[in-house]
Amino acid sequence: MTALLEVRDLATHFATRTGVVRAVDGVTLSLAPGEIIGLVGESGSGKSVTGFSILGLVDPPGRIVRGSVRFEGRELVGLPHGELRSLRGRRIAMVFQDPSATLNPVLTILDQMRLALEAHERIGKAAARARAAEILTRVGIPDAGRRLDSYPHQLSGGMRQRVAIAIALLNRPALVVCDEPTTALDVSIQAQILAEMKSLARESGTALIWISHDLSTVSALASRILVMYAGRVVEEGTVGDVLSAPRHPYTRGLLDSLPSLATPGQDLRQIPGAMPSLSDPPPGCAFAPRCAHAVDACTAMPDLVGAGGRGVRCHRPLGDAP
Amino acid sequence: MSALVDVRAASKVFRQPATLVERIGSAFGVCELPRPVHAVDDVSLEIRNGEVLGLVGESGCGKSTLGRMIAGILPPSAGSALFDGMPLLAGAGRPVKSTTRVQMIFQDPFASLDPRMRVGDIIAEGPVAHGLVSKSASAADVSRWLSTVGLDPQVADRYPHQFSGGQRQRIAIARALAMRPDMLVCDEPVASLDVSIQAQIVNLFLKLRRDLGLTMLFISHDLGVVRHVSDRIAIMYLGRIVEIGTARSVFERPRHPYTRALLDSVPRLRIDDRVEVDFRPIRGELPSPLDPPAGCHFHMRCPHANEACAVQRPTLLHVEGREVACLRATELDLSGEAPP
Amino acid sequence: MNGNSPLLRFWDEFVENRVALAAFLLVVAIVGIAALAPIVAPQDPYDLASLALADARRPPGFVGSKGFTHWLGTDAQGRDLLSAILYGLRVSLQVGLAAGAFAFAVGATLGAVAAFAGGRTESFIMRFIDLQLSFPAILLALVLAAVLGQGKWQLVTALVTAQYAYFARTAHGAAAAERAKDYVMAALSTPLSARRVVFRHILPNCLPPLIVVATVQVANSIALEATLSFLGLGLPVTEPSLGMLIANGFQYMLSGRYWISIYPGVALIVLIVAINLVGDQIRDQLNPRLRR
Ligand SMILES: Nc1ncnc2c1ncn2[C@@H]1O[C@H](COP(=O)(O)OP(=O)(O)OP(=O)(O)O)[C@@H](O)[C@H]1O
Ligand SMILES: Nc1ncnc2c1ncn2[C@@H]1O[C@H](COP(=O)(O)OP(=O)(O)OP(=O)(O)O)[C@@H](O)[C@H]1O
Ligand code: SF4
Ligand SMILES: [Mg+2]
Ligand SMILES: [Mg+2]
Repeated sequence: MTALLEVRDLATHFATRTGVVRAVDGVTLSLAPGEIIGLVGESGSGKSVTGFSILGLVDPPGRIVRGSVRFEGRELVGLPHGELRSLRGRRIAMVFQDPSATLNPVLTILDQMRLALEAHERIGKAAARARAAEILTRVGIPDAGRRLDSYPHQLSGGMRQRVAIAIALLNRPALVVCDEPTTALDVSIQAQILAEMKSLARESGTALIWISHDLSTVSALASRILVMYAGRVVEEGTVGDVLSAPRHPYTRGLLDSLPSLATPGQDLRQIPGAMPSLSDPPPGCAFAPRCAHAVDACTAMPDLVGAGGRGVRCHRPLGDAP
Repeated sequence: MSALVDVRAASKVFRQPATLVERIGSAFGVCELPRPVHAVDDVSLEIRNGEVLGLVGESGCGKSTLGRMIAGILPPSAGSALFDGMPLLAGAGRPVKSTTRVQMIFQDPFASLDPRMRVGDIIAEGPVAHGLVSKSASAADVSRWLSTVGLDPQVADRYPHQFSGGQRQRIAIARALAMRPDMLVCDEPVASLDVSIQAQIVNLFLKLRRDLGLTMLFISHDLGVVRHVSDRIAIMYLGRIVEIGTARSVFERPRHPYTRALLDSVPRLRIDDRVEVDFRPIRGELPSPLDPPAGCHFHMRCPHANEACAVQRPTLLHVEGREVACLRATELDLSGEAPP
Repeated sequence: MNGNSPLLRFWDEFVENRVALAAFLLVVAIVGIAALAPIVAPQDPYDLASLALADARRPPGFVGSKGFTHWLGTDAQGRDLLSAILYGLRVSLQVGLAAGAFAFAVGATLGAVAAFAGGRTESFIMRFIDLQLSFPAILLALVLAAVLGQGKWQLVTALVTAQYAYFARTAHGAAAAERAKDYVMAALSTPLSARRVVFRHILPNCLPPLIVVATVQVANSIALEATLSFLGLGLPVTEPSLGMLIANGFQYMLSGRYWISIYPGVALIVLIVAINLVGDQIRDQLNPRLRR
């Protein structure tokens, strides 16, 4: 199968007063049509910036400093703003953690959805209303016809997030980047949205990049998983491979620190320390200062090695013969 | 074991003061007065000396409000909260907290430390103000608590913004410990932290509990974390406790339909590519606390509800070694698939 | 010593705006010169003996009978205008800063206490302040200045009464936001006394918006004082402020002796603009929307 999205060696840096923040520093990933991949990593590891970079949504002082993003065979890095904008919302869409980033508080749901539709095609009022109602029903909003005339503040947080998802899906995009859309929601609502997303992606053949720091949700939804640390992908593979036999010590550490896998009351296995500053990362493997397996060689940057979509960026991957 | 905290039929109602326009409007029937929020609705519970009680529930169900009542920050609108047999708050009209023996830890360590004070002053302020340590001995005291929570005592003269989230939470814990409390109320203390940092802080709580024999109320919406640290667990739904019992019994054999649904809705870690996860969300939406349903608050979403559930308020009853507020608790069999 | 205090970081950012830095230096320079007026001024304008009526209303550059050059000319009494302006600045700044400081103390305390207390106390204080704010400050100051009579302290009292409400409202808004934050909850859970919570925790965190208001209000009270003095209601003639200098020269404007009014006017404008530029930069720096 040809890839829908091919990201090669993508790097996005922010020039701030305290130095250059290498938020994303050499991310490579590819995505087939209809595939769901999960992007996990701790706060500040560059997940959101990766998503923004794919859509060309990086604002100054941020800049894509190298790499390429090929989407449906077209290079997006360096594409003029107008063309990017017409692509966004039509072929690629993004859902944010905070739905108020998408929703306009002074327009009704219907008006916002109509604007999103009219931006990309000519469509009559009645047709737009029907399309909007249909998609709201599909994301699980009961009584969608009536909800169309409400304003965002009249809906609960979970409903608002579903409306934001509905707007993203409106023009049947080929790819939706979801940046922690359920993190701020309760588990019960999160489960509803996950279930709906999964079936929507399957029915419409939309590919998803699901960004989260929660391994459980990602494992439940995605088929492949990419673990990010300090702006780089440190491990990738199918969910089963990565989570049942992690090869990077960081992934191992993340799994070990989950309380659900430990005996209640016993100390959790913790990763010492914290993620380094991205403006002044240690030389070589960024995880080395926290890693129990680090050796002298770790002060040189390891490559992401592996085949068939299973890769690890570590000099001493777990499971190798010593 | 004796009860350290005794909450008796406590309620908390928040009333938004009506504006003049609203008052005039409502007199003419053109607009409504703001409705009161019953954040905590007639809750009774005991926390025993030395135990960790976990408090779980969805956003807005009143966990923080109940926690603040137990920490002596909020006076209950009705009922009472006793600490070691004494009222937590003294004085009429504007009651003030009368004990330093219970301290609170908050969710967001970026908000819970005064950004304009140095770490040392933050930790020393309370003990010095209450005469627990003299001013001259406070520096040594600060060092002691900083090392207890795993920080370098040298950091005392830095400002909070110079620390990461996990380190700030340690500072907040040191501040609470410096008051020599018998009990900590922890309101989602790890919710804003990353998994790897979360584990460090959870371990710190476990250690403090072992070393200092602290009693804790541990509020969280993360079932995995609560299960890990708690001896007993209380499940809250829309201002009421619906089930309370030992962590094991509540997690392994829930007897309230809400507990069951909550446990089912958490996605489990999938480590096998061939297994498909079927999500089992709770149907419907959380009702608004401004307008809670009559009878059992859960009846509109409950798969087992009958007519009585819509009118009769269930009270907490002993069922199989725990307490459950469900009209059908004794007849329902909720054993399904084993929860996480 | 670890000196990376919030204030230091603020200053580092402040100096990045060259215009604001220049304005700040100008304000410092003006304050410095005004404070040193008795030393740097060529003449003591209060010393009637040193005045010569023959030198009155002379244009800039005139060399007077005392043998020195009046760079900005002389006024109707034969005073060296440059000296008069320096002394006038001194008076204006004294009044402006004193009024600003007292209004700050009174207003900030009232606003913060109201926000912390909540309930009836809050409604009572804030309703009263809203009521007062619905009158123009200048009207209130005019009436008070007329009732209290002339004199520096009377004037300061009038200005404080007219202006504390702005501080109170700002402090109330900021303190109400701080009141809900967890560090205040933490202080209540310790528990610390209400007084300590308000003055050690809430107020210091309300300082940023209050400082912005303070810069604007110091500028305003200088302008207000000038207006009152211009109208003859402010200070006694023995202590001429900038406003009075402008008023004194006003009658000669049409006869071509513009300098008697214009130069004090320019000094007033430069001072007020410089203070406002500093205030603008502080406000921008504190505005989270404009933050980088
Ligand atoms: N506008 C910006 N200016 C400067 N640095 C930025 C900016 N936006 C992001 N960064 C930096 O880029 C890095 C990566 O940020 P990013 O938001 O991608 O993290 P994330 O993995 O999405 O984290 P989270 O889980 O907290 O959302 C962080 O260190 C952040 O500080
Ligand atoms: N000071 C207040 N004034 C008015 N309403 C309040 C106040 N504090 C809380 N509430 C309301 O009381 C209810 C319970 O709030 P509470 O913060 O206790 O919930 P919670 O369970 O802690 O939720 P979360 O998980 O989001 O922290 C909510 O509906 C909330 O809007
Ligand atoms: S009381 Fe009725 S509605 Fe409530 S949980 Fe029990 S069965 Fe369900
Ligand atoms: Mg992010
Ligand atoms: Mg809460």
